[in-house]
Parts: sequence; structure tokens; C-alpha cells
Amino acid sequence: MGSAITPGVSACPACDAAPAAKALVENSGKLEDSKLALSLPTIHCAGCISAVERRLAQVPGVREARVNLTLKRATIEAEPEVTAASLMEALEEIGYEAHELDAGTLSATQTDRAGRELLMRLAVAGFASMNVMLLSVSVWAGAADATRDLFHWISAAIALPTIAFSGQPFFRSAWSALKVKRLNMDVPIVLAIVLAVVTSLWETSLSGKHAYFDAALALTFFLLAGRYLDHRTRAIARSAAEELAALEVPRAWRIEEGEPREVPAAELRIGDVILVRPGGRMPVDGEIIQGRSELDRSLLTGESLPVFAQEGQGVSAGEVNLTGPVQIRATAVGEDTSLHRMADLVAIAESGRSRYTSLADAAAKLYAPGVHILSALSFLGWLLYSGDMRTALNIAAAVLIITCPCALGLAVPAVTTAASGKLFRKGMLIKHATALERLAEVDTVVFDKTGTLTAGTPELVNLDAMSREDAALALALAEGSAHPLSRAIAQAVRAAGITPASVDDLHEVPGFGTEARHEGVQVQLGRAAWVGAGADEGTSAWLKRGDAMPVAFRFADRLRDGAEEAVLALKDAGKEVILMSGDSASAVRDMAERLGIGEYLAEALPGDKAARITRMRDDGRKVLMVGDGLNDTAALTAAHVSISPASALDAARVASDIVLLGGDLSPIADAAETAASAVKRIKENFRIATVYNIIAVPLAVAGLATPLIAALAMSSSSITVSLNALRLKG
Amino acid sequence: MNILTYLIPISLLLGGAGLAFFIYTLKTNQYDDPEGDARRILSDEYDDKPKKD
Repeated sequence: MGSAITPGVSACPACDAAPAAKALVENSGKLEDSKLALSLPTIHCAGCISAVERRLAQVPGVREARVNLTLKRATIEAEPEVTAASLMEALEEIGYEAHELDAGTLSATQTDRAGRELLMRLAVAGFASMNVMLLSVSVWAGAADATRDLFHWISAAIALPTIAFSGQPFFRSAWSALKVKRLNMDVPIVLAIVLAVVTSLWETSLSGKHAYFDAALALTFFLLAGRYLDHRTRAIARSAAEELAALEVPRAWRIEEGEPREVPAAELRIGDVILVRPGGRMPVDGEIIQGRSELDRSLLTGESLPVFAQEGQGVSAGEVNLTGPVQIRATAVGEDTSLHRMADLVAIAESGRSRYTSLADAAAKLYAPGVHILSALSFLGWLLYSGDMRTALNIAAAVLIITCPCALGLAVPAVTTAASGKLFRKGMLIKHATALERLAEVDTVVFDKTGTLTAGTPELVNLDAMSREDAALALALAEGSAHPLSRAIAQAVRAAGITPASVDDLHEVPGFGTEARHEGVQVQLGRAAWVGAGADEGTSAWLKRGDAMPVAFRFADRLRDGAEEAVLALKDAGKEVILMSGDSASAVRDMAERLGIGEYLAEALPGDKAARITRMRDDGRKVLMVGDGLNDTAALTAAHVSISPASALDAARVASDIVLLGGDLSPIADAAETAASAVKRIKENFRIATVYNIIAVPLAVAGLATPLIAALAMSSSSITVSLNALRLKG
Repeated sequence: MNILTYLIPISLLLGGAGLAFFIYTLKTNQYDDPEGDARRILSDEYDDKPKKD
């Protein structure tokens, strides 16, 4: 993708661009090694690692490059003048797709602190529970009297500090739930752990037979394992998606006393005159006061064709200037720009989004009160029946320990870890916790056209109909411009092995095309109206030689890799596929026919897309929206679940649940399949956990559960659930 | 049963040594890229340094 048409302006209303820009200015002042990070969605093997590291090391100025295959990224230490763009180019030469990551936000997650902390607690709990288990086995094997008491006391000495350290995540979470008078899964967990420790201490001090120190530790260990898996899949994916850097830093060239000066976009005021060079993005809404050009509005409106722009015409923030430098006078800045108003649409759609209850939450809602009531009832029942506080408390603790959601705590994370890992290897980042569950329910898929199904770059389609001379001439003219159509001509003609004709006096007429002299005759390549041809039908550029009839070079949008496969596979899976685009009716119809999509909506405004999706949602349909532009963000938010490509605008990526890291669309269909399989496994896991509770709970309530039975039941159910998760297909 | 006075401290010590070793591996970033490390052993280039922090 050309850098001129890559998205970049941050449209997230919450993020203030000013500090980022300021930090950048400060950093550029220092002359020390810079740390760069690249996302490499397509690496997968040992060969890739060494190829990438070797190629990066060859780039002048690079000190050290290290690939992380687990996170699919490379960190590079280099001299300050090395830019991410040059590294990306070097990798693209050897066939690896690369995206820049924001080094600023990266430093926070470089070594994933929260994950490391959880792993530490997990390790401590694991080692402690092994030691205590060793002592407990001796007790179960028949140690009695003073030996048993000694073993219990040693267990207590190990268990108490361990639980105080390792149990903290649960204590914190339960406390924050209780503070707002709510119950979450962690409340019964904490209650079980605390009660187990307290009754065991009491029993031990009275030289009792049963102590549950091993159970309390095993519980902490298994639950922390679930928590850690959960963290790995979710937090890492989320931060990785957020780190995909804004491809352009929000800076602008303001004309001050006749000279352009670079300032942060946040400092622009109404009335400022701003110079926007070809390839640059409009930082504000404004009016053109000097210059002619063409504007790429695809990210805002979905139009694939550049529009002509000249003095007096209004421009919107986010549009890309293509051919000539223009000066604009700002009419709206910051929050008032059309870019921000578009972002407000997202906020509206957000508030309308029905809150999805995840399977785990649904289970917890049933589970937490049930467990508390059950254990309170057994406490009361035994207190009334035996009149002995100690027995009653022991049995209540046993009930809580037996019912404690070890298997439930692992049921969801074990499966989502397996599923997210599979999808990550295919180049998909699952950002949202419940995205997989929602994806499994999808019955309708809505695609955006420009930038999603198409790569956003046009492709020359009628080169075969051209004479060799015309092609050679067009190539010569096309090389005088950076316009996307010119580049498409140059690429296609060069690929056909034709060399450019010799021309003199080649120059670009911004907004219209390029012209030159060839063998004494004037030749032009550009807009239909400019060269005097008839009306345009579809996307085309016209070549005119002297007084001869102009000939048309016709273009079609280039399909993104895997677009056809994805649409076909989704249709085969029985899902309805719809195309919605802001582009012209003819372009959208062509695309729909090319991909075999029956239903399509053309010239859709951002609000139309969101409204249509909301209507489908109200009809009970579960919509998956795939889109990349600002005009899609509201629709992405309104949909049941949403996917955006890595090349999408920040706002679109923030709004979507899943980010496609690579340029290939085919993983979308796989993802739907994997998600369906994952949800099936999660439900199976819940059933396994329930069956185990049905067997074990009556034993505990009847007072027959011993620490040995509790340990066996807990471990076996946790292991069954984890093994079941590994059966995941896809 | 006097043997216990030796065995229990020994078992605790061994467990503690295991834990200490694990903490060392954690602190030296050895779990940052498990997948990459598994593949790197297949590479011919000699490369034994873990990622710098």
C-alpha cells in the first residue's frame, strides 16, 4: 500500500493528540538510540525469524534486531535517523508484511508486568501446594497424633503466607465487587479460601483430623492458572491492537509570515492558513484558498475515486491531498471538525449497543448466590441437628470448597486461550473478551467495500486493448505523477515489459493530469473533461495525443487477498453476506457481482450504515460488520461483533472487537468456524463442571467429604476441563 | 520418626530452590517468547542470548 493513502489521523475523541505530538518533538531533540517496534503478522517459523533478523541487521544504522514469534513482532535498536518506514520497506522486499507499532505505548507493555506478576503468584501457589500436598498425603496415609499435628502446623506455616500473597487478585476483585454491593465469581472463591484456612487453623489448634490447607492452595493455584490464561489471551491482544501506531503523527504546516512552519495539529486555530502537501492529510476542516489538487476521501465516505478540488472548495479533516500542494484556511478545528462529529456517531451507536452477557457471567450469576445459599443452609442445618458449631462450620467450609469454581474458572479461559492462539497464528487479534462467543452466533456478515474488500488501490483492466505505443506513452506520462491511477498505470505497463516513450517538458497539472510533448505533439493523460473526452463511466484516465481521439484506460478496484475465499466460505457456512459502501452505485454493483454478493447498498452515509445494522439487529439478526473507514465506525459499534483490518483508521480499530493483522481476509471465515467450535467446548466444560458438582455436593452436605475427596474431585475436574479445551478444532 | 527432622526441612529446601530458580528464569525474560525460543533451536545460527529488557 502506498504511504500516501494510508490512514493515520487519530479520530478517537478521548485521545488527546497534543501530548503525543509534544513527546515526539521532545524525543527528536535527543540524539540517542531509538527503539522501534514492528508488527509482523505473517512470520511463523524458524526460517522467518532468521530471515527477518538478518535483513533488519543489514539496514544501515540498525544495532540490534530481535524477533518475538509469540507476539509476532520485532524490536529494533537503531541510530536515531533510522525510520520505521525504511525498515518496513526492507522487510517488504523479502516478502514480509510489517506494520509500525507505537513505541510510546509499547514501553508500558514491553515486559508485560501484570502477566509476570500473575505468573509469580501462580508459581508461588504451585510450589506451596506441592509441598503441602506432600504433607497431606502422609496425613491421609495414616499419620496420627503428634505427627499429624506437626504436619498440619507446617502446612499452615506454608499456606498462610502463600495465600496472603497469591490470593491477592481474588481479594481485590471480590472487595471491589462487594464495595458496590454486587456479587461476582470471586466472592465465593474468597469466602471458600478464607473459610477453609480459618476452619483448618481451628481444627489444627484442637488437634482435629481434617485440615483443608492443601485444598485452599490447590484452589488458588488452579484459579490463578485460569486467570493467567485469561490474561495472556485478552490483555496481550488488546494492548497489541492498541499499539498499532497511528501511521501519521498529527502535525501540520502552518503558514506564518509567508513561511510554512511545522506545528502540532492541536495548536491550529480557526483562520490559520495551512499548507497541505501532496500525500498529506487535511488536519482541519477548511476552505482551499490556493492551489488545485485531487482529494482521496475514501476513509471518510468510502468513495474510491479521487475528487477534484480547487480554490473556494471546502475540505474536511481526514481527506488526503493527492496531486498538488494546496493552502487551506481553517474553518473548524479540533472537536468541531467533521472527523470528530463522525466519532460522535460512534458514541451514539455505543449507547445503543445491547450489553452482551458472556457465558461466564451468566454462569456466575446462577452460581454465586446458589453456592452461598447452599453452604449457609448446610451450616444452619448441621448447627440445628448437632448443636455443634465446629462440625457445622467444617461442613459449610467443605461445601464451599467442593463447589468452588475451579473447573468453572478454567472452563472459559482454557478454551478461549486455545481458540485465540489458533486465530492469532492465522493473523487475527481477539481484542474483546466476549468476541468469540458473539462471533459464534453470527448469521449475517456485512462488508464495507473500499479499503476492506478492496485493497484501496486501483488496478488497470484494459491494457490488452491498448496499442503498444499508447501504453508506452501513457507510462511516460504516468511516471510524472504520484496519483493512484498514474501509479496503477505505471505498475501495470512496466509489468507488461513495455518501456516508456521519450517525452519532453513533462509536468503535472494538479487536479487534472500530466502533460508533455512527444515528437513535437502535445500529449495529455488525465481526467475525461480535461482532455476533451466524453463523460466518465467508472474509473478511468484518458490519454490524448495531439488532435486524435482520446483513449480510455479503465480501472477496477483491486480485491484484497482472500476476499473471494472469505465471501465464498461465509456463504457456504449459510451466512448471509451484504455489501455496504459509500461508493457510487456502479462501483458497488460491479463489486457485488464480482464476488457473488446478492444484497448491496450503495452511496450509504455513515449514519445509513449504522441505521441499517441497527434495524437488522432489532429484527433479531446477529450481524458481523467488517470495515475499515471512519464512515464504518458507527456501523462497527452497532454490529453484534466487528472486525477491522490492521490498515484501518484508529477509530475503526478501536471500535472493532477483532483486528486482522495481515492483509489477507480469508481468516474471517476460519474465525467464525473456530468461534462456533470454541463455544461448543465452553458449554461442554460447563456441563462437566455441573456433573461433578452434582456428584460431590451431596457428599459434602451430608458431611461425608474428606480433604482427600475434595482434592481428588477438584484436580480431576480441572484437568478434564483443560483437556476438553484442547480438543478445539479449527 | 526422627528421620522427619531431616526430611521435612530437606523437602522444603528443595521446593524453595525450585521456586527460586523459577523466579530467576522469570526475571531474566525467559517466558517472553516461548514459541520463538522453541523454533530458534532449529536455526543454524548460534544465538543464545535472551531478549534484552
